[in-house]
Amino acid sequence: MATNRSNRWWIPLLGWLVACLLFFPIFWMFITSFKTEVAAVATPPQLFFRPTLENYVAVQTRASYFNFALNSVVISLGATLLSLLLAIPAAYAMSFFPTKRTKSTLVWMLSTKMLPAVGVLVPIYILARETGLLDTRIGLIIIYTLINLPIVVWMIYSFFKEVPKEILEADRMDGASTYQELVHVLLPLALPGIFSTALLSIILSWNEAFWSLNLTTFDAAPLTAFIASFSSPQGLFWAKLSAASSMAIAPILLFGWVSQRQLVRGLTFGAVK
Amino acid sequence: MRLFRRARVHARVLAAFLISLLLVQLVNACSAGPQADGRTRLTIATVNNGDMVVMQDLSSQFEADNPDIELRWVVLEENILRQRTTTDVASQGGQFDVLTIGSYETPIWARRGWLRSLDGLPAEYDVDDLIDPIRTGLSYEDTLYAVPFYGESSMLYYRTDLFDEAGITVSPNPTYAQVGEWASQVHDPANGVYGICLRGKPGWGENMAFLTTLVNTFGGRWFDMDWNPTIDSPEWQNAVNFYVDVMNQYGPPGASSNGFNENLALFSTGKCGMWIDATVAAGLLSNPEQSQVADRIGFARAPVESYPNGSNWLWSWALAIPATSQSPEAAERFIAWATSKEYVQLVAEEYGWVSVPPGTRTSTYENPNYQQAAPFAETVLRSIESADITNPSPLPTPYKGVQYVDIPEFQAIGTQVGQRMASALINQVSVDQAIAQSQTVAERFMRHTGYIE
Repeated sequence: MATNRSNRWWIPLLGWLVACLLFFPIFWMFITSFKTEVAAVATPPQLFFRPTLENYVAVQTRASYFNFALNSVVISLGATLLSLLLAIPAAYAMSFFPTKRTKSTLVWMLSTKMLPAVGVLVPIYILARETGLLDTRIGLIIIYTLINLPIVVWMIYSFFKEVPKEILEADRMDGASTYQELVHVLLPLALPGIFSTALLSIILSWNEAFWSLNLTTFDAAPLTAFIASFSSPQGLFWAKLSAASSMAIAPILLFGWVSQRQLVRGLTFGAVK
Repeated sequence: MRLFRRARVHARVLAAFLISLLLVQLVNACSAGPQADGRTRLTIATVNNGDMVVMQDLSSQFEADNPDIELRWVVLEENILRQRTTTDVASQGGQFDVLTIGSYETPIWARRGWLRSLDGLPAEYDVDDLIDPIRTGLSYEDTLYAVPFYGESSMLYYRTDLFDEAGITVSPNPTYAQVGEWASQVHDPANGVYGICLRGKPGWGENMAFLTTLVNTFGGRWFDMDWNPTIDSPEWQNAVNFYVDVMNQYGPPGASSNGFNENLALFSTGKCGMWIDATVAAGLLSNPEQSQVADRIGFARAPVESYPNGSNWLWSWALAIPATSQSPEAAERFIAWATSKEYVQLVAEEYGWVSVPPGTRTSTYENPNYQQAAPFAETVLRSIESADITNPSPLPTPYKGVQYVDIPEFQAIGTQVGQRMASALINQVSVDQAIAQSQTVAERFMRHTGYIE
């Protein structure tokens, strides 16, 4: 056993290597945000330089970061809560009372993710205009809920499937109603899974750019619109764009870092293990 | 009985949907409208470039002079801005009061009735002071639909120190044959200097902007008078062969991913002997804070091969009012201020004469302060004035536009052809193959859109 372990020294090394490779773009963006515009595009790229905060100052002067950040927080949390509210009962019904169409319904739900978003841009834009939802947080919350719902239902469905039916049967024998069964038995058992699903939904909503750029203008614009405003067709912009991007991803990065234990646990161990 | 129960369920679902729709409408009715606090809110969609940033900074002055108007800026990347504003205007979204659009879109949008005409600008605005080709580019059927806050043509930049060392004297009107010769003389990759930098990044507004001017001056055109693509003509062959040869021999590595910004970075850090691109780069390259070669730059008109008219492009970013604007009068007041002579004066006072918006007004170029601050001013003005969007080629064309064709389909055709040209540049395909493929793509687009049988 000891020999086996010593022979696997390369596995953590490979893990570190892949982690560094994945993290490198974020690291490079972060250090670029402290360079001057000229240093940011210098060839060969500079690893050592005199850091400056001028990009962060310029970014904050030109756009109100906190308005964009607040919109991102409200929209991501709102969309996640609404998706959970719809997905939990749906997943409950599909897991414990499946019909002959349950499997095909699940596949159909997932297939809606395969349609290119731009294909429905004009109809959704017109619908949003007609219902007065253009440039509103509610509008984006509804869209993000619809986008994330298939994944959220699938994930919660798979977590619920791991809950032994016998537990629920015993619960019913004790006279629990459907509501009591769901809230007092099933949800506590599947909580790590639901938590990791919620985290994933928040991250997906936070990073979504297509709909947020197309359906918002000013009042409901989230951080993706904030980043887009610093890309320039003429003139150097990489350092300022890096500063804006670092500010935009910082909250979600911290959030993911703090909750990574729950996220990994939920995703890898399932609901009740 | 079962059917009745199902109908009842359906009725409940429908009722729930209608109630939620009503609630949404109520919530939105309660939220702030365009004139929530008595002030008219103007939403301005714009790009992030130097002149626009200056305008945003100085707009507090406009708000102080017009306390009944509040400005709300929506700054977006160029391509996102195009997509966003097109979706909004085409579907009557009414989200914007002022749009930043280019000279390519203005006549197309005006033709469709998406823009308000700007016939009613006050006399003190002095429309006749707008540089003529720029004004023509922003008009449709002799009516002005957008006013320029920035205009440009293309020109040749070169390193005076390298040229002096090589004993080269640049004439004010160079030819492409000379450019090829000079590139070979100053090319010194061992010391990190490449003979010439040109756009290679695929896109209708990227490599095809430059390549179209090259084709024009080599005597070619995009379409004949019956809208048949003419990319497989000898003129295109000669122009593209020249471009690929000169770039392969004297261009920087990875040129197929270089657009304006990448070449600006290369030239400003001393990596290019020559660069042919937008006149707006003159101000950026002359700024010692952004350029390491600020004191070693020479300026000349865009090179010519056999035909002078289409060798330098014409572009302007302009402000227009969409037909769906809820506050057109306030919007007109704003765009008249932002492109006025007084605004030019204000920028000069706050940021210096070199920062005033270039390429818009004749009076700017007549101002001795500007002439002194911008040594490139005369070359820029002559380049803009010589650009003729109605006669871009020696052959007759059914379209207007020097580096673009004024039909909506051109964005897609130009980008597809640009991808083939980038493939030829990195020798993935031969020039002949790239041209044949481009011709096929253009013919297919034109057939599908009904221009040709």
